[in-house]
Amino acid sequence: MAKVVISGSSCHEFTHGETEFEVAATTFRRLIPELEARFPGLGTHVEEYMAVAIDGVIFQDAYDAQLKPESEIVLIPKIGAG
Amino acid sequence: MTFIGNKSDLRVVGTRPVRPDGVDKVTGRAVFGADAIMSGQITGKVLRSPHAHARIVSIDASKALKLAGVKAVITAADLPNIASEEAFVGEGPMNFRDLSLNCMARGKALYEGHAVAAVAAMTDAIADAALALIDVKYEVLPHVIDVEEAMAPGAPILHDDLFTAGETPKPTKPSNVAKKVRFTIGDVEAGFKAADVIIERRYTTAPVHQAYIEPHACVAAWAADGQCTVISSSQGHFMIRSYCAKLLGIEISNIRVVPAEIGGGFGGKTLVYLEPLALALSKKAGRPVKMVMTREDVFRATGPTSGAAIEMKVGATKDGKITAAQAVMKYQAGAFPGSPINPGLMCAFAMYDLANVDVLGYDVVSNRPKVAAYRAPGAPMASFAAESTIDDLALKLGMDPIELRMKNAAKQGSKTAYGVTHGVIGYEEVLQAAKAHPHWSAPLGKNQGRGFATGFWFNIGGESTGAVFVNEDGTVNVVSGSPDIGGSRASMVMMAAEVLGIDVEKCRAVIPDTSSVGFTNVTGGSRVTYATGMAVTQAAQAVVEDLKKRAAMIWDISPEAVEWKDGEAVPAGANAGGFDPLPLAAIAMKSAKTGGPIGSEVSVNAQGAGPGFGAHICDIEVDPETGHATILRYTAVQDVGRAIHPGYVEGQIQGGAAQGIGWALNEEYIYNKKGLMDNAGFLDYRIPVASDLPMIEAVMVEVPNTRHPFGVRGVGEVPIVPPMAAVGNAIRGAIGIRMEHLPMSPPRIRAAIDGAKMPKAAE
Repeated sequence: MAKVVISGSSCHEFTHGETEFEVAATTFRRLIPELEARFPGLGTHVEEYMAVAIDGVIFQDAYDAQLKPESEIVLIPKIGAG
Repeated sequence: MTFIGNKSDLRVVGTRPVRPDGVDKVTGRAVFGADAIMSGQITGKVLRSPHAHARIVSIDASKALKLAGVKAVITAADLPNIASEEAFVGEGPMNFRDLSLNCMARGKALYEGHAVAAVAAMTDAIADAALALIDVKYEVLPHVIDVEEAMAPGAPILHDDLFTAGETPKPTKPSNVAKKVRFTIGDVEAGFKAADVIIERRYTTAPVHQAYIEPHACVAAWAADGQCTVISSSQGHFMIRSYCAKLLGIEISNIRVVPAEIGGGFGGKTLVYLEPLALALSKKAGRPVKMVMTREDVFRATGPTSGAAIEMKVGATKDGKITAAQAVMKYQAGAFPGSPINPGLMCAFAMYDLANVDVLGYDVVSNRPKVAAYRAPGAPMASFAAESTIDDLALKLGMDPIELRMKNAAKQGSKTAYGVTHGVIGYEEVLQAAKAHPHWSAPLGKNQGRGFATGFWFNIGGESTGAVFVNEDGTVNVVSGSPDIGGSRASMVMMAAEVLGIDVEKCRAVIPDTSSVGFTNVTGGSRVTYATGMAVTQAAQAVVEDLKKRAAMIWDISPEAVEWKDGEAVPAGANAGGFDPLPLAAIAMKSAKTGGPIGSEVSVNAQGAGPGFGAHICDIEVDPETGHATILRYTAVQDVGRAIHPGYVEGQIQGGAAQGIGWALNEEYIYNKKGLMDNAGFLDYRIPVASDLPMIEAVMVEVPNTRHPFGVRGVGEVPIVPPMAAVGNAIRGAIGIRMEHLPMSPPRIRAAIDGAKMPKAAE
């Protein structure tokens, strides 16, 4: 199963401090309801405000991004710029 | 997306053709925001708060409205009072209510320069006279400017409904601290216990403006049938459309935004200030309304980037292995939440492979203009603190500063403090190139010092549209939705020409209005050559496939039997037939017979932008009598992935370095006791001019990002990240004193020299 890692504190209010857990989802789209079911509010928060790094590649928005069983998914704030 | 960027195969990418917009810009033909004209336009002007913090008791515009030639007056009462709603539209998270309140104060003015009313009149003089006739009664409130003073107990509170996010338990009292955020990996306490050497320092940086040469300007028309047109200079005409639609309650299809040429943005033109006001005035006046900011308006009312207060602690073993890094960063957000604290925290140590990092940040409001993005927002201040501390660590360890960084360098597989594992990156290559550069080993003279510092920026992708259309004569139009700020016209036509196999002079770049090309995010985030370039490349590839089919039709053979080579269709082999090559122009001429116009439009949401790293070497001479620091030599090394047009890439690197040097040495907002800015003009807000700087040598390292067809990494933001520390480290080398406050202006340097000479009373 893919592993989700929460590095920053912005998701802690949803996960109550849990920073690593495994998920069954195989795409980013499917990850969102799984996060929501596990930690109410987190799926919506991730969809609206967070980006994900999947095996080191940052996706700002990508429902179809594939998650492999050995993937590491890091939830990070969306990145803007100048 | 297939990688096609092997250097030996490229004939256009990597060359230096003449810039497509060059003639227009040097001859004055280019139409910038203030040059735009609509038939029947009148003038709009803004009345701004003279107070840093004040309750608006009443606004009486009756006298102004009676003045002959005045066509409309608006206040916040004329704009929708929209609810709090956050979205990611421009270059960062934005609360639409805050954006609306920033465009026009409602109830309270939160900084000097905050708009409180606007007029539309027949002439500039009448508009000015009308502004003077608007009677605004204020109840002046206590103000707070400094970030740490804004955090202190008892500080004047800007927003009664702002409670610190990220605190547990949730606060019950409002605060100027909008957000608290933390990133942690490993165990910093254990890391510091394992350290032989620990450096601890505290730094402050001043807010600085993007200082684009062209002030904000627009002309807008709200027609009787509700259709709106805006011409403005911005970093994204789709962003202008989105914000105006949201702030004024207009359906997006009823707004058409035409991009004017832009005279600099650097992140500062990723918001709206004038456009919603011009539209609202136009609706009331029944005429197009043109609005142009003065330079004073730009300084007093538009976003600088954050000033910051940063505490930093780094520990290492005797052999130079960094064991722990810790920082507390407090960033000014201006009058509304939204400082770049997250990227600041994430970038501070991203150059290093560290096991134990803890960075804590605060987003803090105060009575200053709302901050806007500025090149690599958040990273330069964080890197100033981190790279100054790392340099002192090298000094204490007796190590070469580059060797220390080599020993701890991030590489593929390194985990960052924000949890992401680096993919293919070029930091080590950048360090090696810097170390090998003759600058690093050149001799120094008296009162001279050499500084070295590095920096990181993520780069981003995002939504872009690109189109390629083949004209009847075989020339090509390359269309995109990205305003050209840093040379994107050139890079777009070069990528299209590369794929099509034709001369770049046969391709013309076009940036049409929002109704004529698909949605495209702002030009910013070092994203355009990456994301829009990806769209254009895919469009060109689709055109090539179409051209092959057309050639097959002309030859009456199977499309699979046609190849595309050097701008011509050729038979794939002897079995395909003995046809002479068909140039693009010949196929274009027969487009009507082979299926009609030839073209393709592609929209993408590009992901996986490769991060960039830079390393800067700076030589400085300090005049010990005046404290003036002269930059003697400056070299900027950067991993650029693949330079599409090396001249533009060098320009980006040089420009970023120049802005960073200004940030380091001179630029700052100076406020008086009333919270009013005392230096709102380029005479007193000192940006570097050509005579202040030597030629900045840009050294490009190319470690391609294979997620882009040509290997592009964004280049526009990384070069502003290292300069402040590079300059500070050079000054330390010259005078033997660590400067902990930006700007390191002559009075501060002189005071530091004088302070070092004075006996310390307590010792």
